[in-house]
Amino acid sequence: MKVKNKIKITVNGKQMQIIPRLSMRNLITKLKMPLNKIAIELNKKIIDKKRISKIQLKKGDKIEIVHFIGGG
Amino acid sequence: MIDKKFKIANKNFKSRLIVGTGKYKSFNECAKAIKTSGADIVTVAVRRVNISDKNKARLMDYIDPKKITYLPNTAGCFTAEDAIRTLRLAREIGGWKLVKLEVLGDKKNLFPEMIETLRSTELLTKEGFKVMVYCNDDPLMAKRLENAGAVAIMPLAAPIGSGLGIQNRVNIKIIRRQTKLPLIIDAGIGQASDASIAMELGCDGVLINTAIAKAKNPIQMAEAMKFAVMSGRKSFLSGRINPNLFGSPSTTNKGII
Repeated sequence: MKVKNKIKITVNGKQMQIIPRLSMRNLITKLKMPLNKIAIELNKKIIDKKRISKIQLKKGDKIEIVHFIGGG
Repeated sequence: MIDKKFKIANKNFKSRLIVGTGKYKSFNECAKAIKTSGADIVTVAVRRVNISDKNKARLMDYIDPKKITYLPNTAGCFTAEDAIRTLRLAREIGGWKLVKLEVLGDKKNLFPEMIETLRSTELLTKEGFKVMVYCNDDPLMAKRLENAGAVAIMPLAAPIGSGLGIQNRVNIKIIRRQTKLPLIIDAGIGQASDASIAMELGCDGVLINTAIAKAKNPIQMAEAMKFAVMSGRKSFLSGRINPNLFGSPSTTNKGII
């Protein structure tokens, strides 16, 4: 696929280019994120991890992927 | 005397020492310190995954959430909305409902913003969270948090990470008298004796991070804290003698030559 067909999204504050209509599941797989250790927000709404195959990403989507780190 | 169980939101825990997982040199050191401390609850924070370094080690690879209760916190949150967003995400990672709420009001002294803390406690409780609340050592606020549905009151001993020890024993004692909820000293512990004092004041538990993680020997300090909490608890339950200004000989004068 040509680069110009790609769309821009933001993941954890960083811009990424993806193919149009990429599913959330494919994005997570591409990023090699272990699903059982993360939570995902799409445009400030929490995503049910069971439904990520059904979510198609759109231009300008803002995604946050979080996990647990050390804290007090 | 047999101690009653350490119970939070109807769940029993073995250790009265809760340990934070921040500020360690490595996950390995953190895991070792937790094991040595005997803690069965650890606090954790929610942050962005580093998407450019996919192979970076993760806390969950070192501390098994099936064996140790993760207590997600809201570190770095300054409003109720931030705190709720963070804890919803924490819940989504793995279904956690028992959480530590900390809403800060000042970046320098890290004191809790109690108006936002109270509001967050109400909102989170309504959403089904079991909220353990980091708060000021203010008996009136502690009462309001209890009425708002908090499952544990966690007043500071001193500012987070300061290591100053318990600054206001009187307030802690007053809070102890007024609440049947678990009372846990959160923040400000510096050394083992501070943890013992907290327990001797009648607290149900102590939450420690920096004093262990930043000690020269964190593993050994974790052990010291474990014993300090056990020792302080036993001392509290044993009923101390009344302090007296004057001496009282340990040896009888009867039969003196």
